[in-house]
Amino acid sequence: MAKKQNNVLPGFRLTLGYTLVYLGLIVIIPLAATFVKSSELSWAEFSHTVFSPQALAAYRLSFGASFLAAAVNAVFGLIVAWVLVRYNFYGKRVVDALVDLPFALPTAVAGITLATLYAPNGWIGAWLAPLGIKVSYTRLGIFVALTFIGLPFIVRTVQPVLADLDPEIEEAAASLGANRWQAFCRVIFPMLSPALLTGFALAFARALGEYGSVVFISSNIPMKTQIVPLLIMSELDGFQYAKATALAVVMLVISFLLLLAINLLQWWNNRHNATSLA
Amino acid sequence: MTDDVKINAPRRLSEPPFVRRLLITVALAFIVLFLVVPLVSVFTEALRQGLGYYFQTLRDPATVNAILVTLIAAGISVPLNCVFGVAAAWTIAKFDFPGKNILLTLIDLPFSISPVISGMIYVLVFGAQGWFGPWLMEHDIRIIWAVPGIVLATMFVTFPFVARELIPLMQAQGRTEEEAARVLGANGWQTFWRVTLPNIKWGLLYGVILCNARAMGEFGAVSVVSGHISGKAGALGTNTIPLHVQILYEANDLTGAFAVASLLTFLALVTLVLKTWVEYKNIGLRGTAFTPVPVGKRPH
Repeated sequence: MAKKQNNVLPGFRLTLGYTLVYLGLIVIIPLAATFVKSSELSWAEFSHTVFSPQALAAYRLSFGASFLAAAVNAVFGLIVAWVLVRYNFYGKRVVDALVDLPFALPTAVAGITLATLYAPNGWIGAWLAPLGIKVSYTRLGIFVALTFIGLPFIVRTVQPVLADLDPEIEEAAASLGANRWQAFCRVIFPMLSPALLTGFALAFARALGEYGSVVFISSNIPMKTQIVPLLIMSELDGFQYAKATALAVVMLVISFLLLLAINLLQWWNNRHNATSLA
Repeated sequence: MTDDVKINAPRRLSEPPFVRRLLITVALAFIVLFLVVPLVSVFTEALRQGLGYYFQTLRDPATVNAILVTLIAAGISVPLNCVFGVAAAWTIAKFDFPGKNILLTLIDLPFSISPVISGMIYVLVFGAQGWFGPWLMEHDIRIIWAVPGIVLATMFVTFPFVARELIPLMQAQGRTEEEAARVLGANGWQTFWRVTLPNIKWGLLYGVILCNARAMGEFGAVSVVSGHISGKAGALGTNTIPLHVQILYEANDLTGAFAVASLLTFLALVTLVLKTWVEYKNIGLRGTAFTPVPVGKRPH
């Protein structure tokens, strides 16, 4: 604060003012409109919408599928990050760049591609069909789509932390008699766990809100294969704005809580790194 | 990013060869199954009925119209978010003021909101039953189910991209160079153009690349405000490229859908190449817009 009076740089009022006005117009006012709109509903109407059997089934599916997808990504993402940081192999740079594909590829493209691949006559679906496994248009398909879009989060949060790990710590573990597995479980994994949890939370939050890739691979049947964003969309398509708004408010509150949790995790992550590297 | 010390670590600090090979195989299998196979299948499906049909789909007036709408949406939202990103980064990185962390969190907000909700909030403000709906109707201005709504929804979902790339970069650079310029007699704009901009040009380019990829590929938010009006020659529709993919797919024109999707896939690949190239030039950049770890608090 004391530095402000000494600051010779201009443009504080201009840039802060512009930032706040733009933020207000594009983000804050429209978001506030959602909460105002939902307050027009009575509590009975609100709870009737957000606790309807169809909504409860959608929450269960959204949370379950997102959690499973993030968990699978936590395991394989950690292995991919480990291999990219620690080992050399042919094509490593291409793999490293490809990890971001789910971010760069529009979700609609991912959706139609996965739906076609995992359909009973698709490249992958044809292998699974004789085993009696159906993926496209089932809950398993939703899980596959959410796994695809969550893939980069764990890799990209764990990778920098793993690369910055001080080799001396592992050296110390080795010289104290730990084998590689013990060193990994007792030393490396605990140091990676805040980053791993952050990546998990980011992948989970992203999966909860995902729409584009799921809409194509899910059959969107209420109570069975309808996640919350699809339920909101179907209310909007039927011009049920009050119902859609009520469901959106529930999702927004959940997103804000997740954002808070991610910020706390990140704070823990930094403190963890600061103390362990000091 | 790779550290030779770690890769060529002594045996007691590394894993047995079979463990290494196993882990590399598992990682590659996962990447091939989830990334390479889908990527290859987009182009295979797109060319299923030959090159003739492929180019016929791409030259179709509805496709050309969708490309035009996408270019308009990205052409407006990317520069606006770019100006916002520079302003926000300047105020946050160069000055101290109370509430800075709250501002950082608010800038990040669009990342944590479902695309469907991102589109819906504009329907609530500008739609027929929204706050300004009656007024807009009286004056015959269409925002929802028209191109302005598509632009707004695109601006919302790409809102943080440039800002969150520039904020940590400018925070790390501090303000000593700008202060020196000022002491030497440069005015504010000269300081910005001659000192700040050259320092942040790679970060800015990086943010623009990522912002543009999302702007051209956004589906959910745009889908809510679009109304799916097909464009004809001479009349601009409200379908972007991703929405046109959906329309072709739902009309059972699989090959056509994948042909248009291949354009977006090509854009994604170009984005990844450019991104990797900028990272190669600047080791410090890590693409936090794609992996939204909270700004200013990420591990260094």
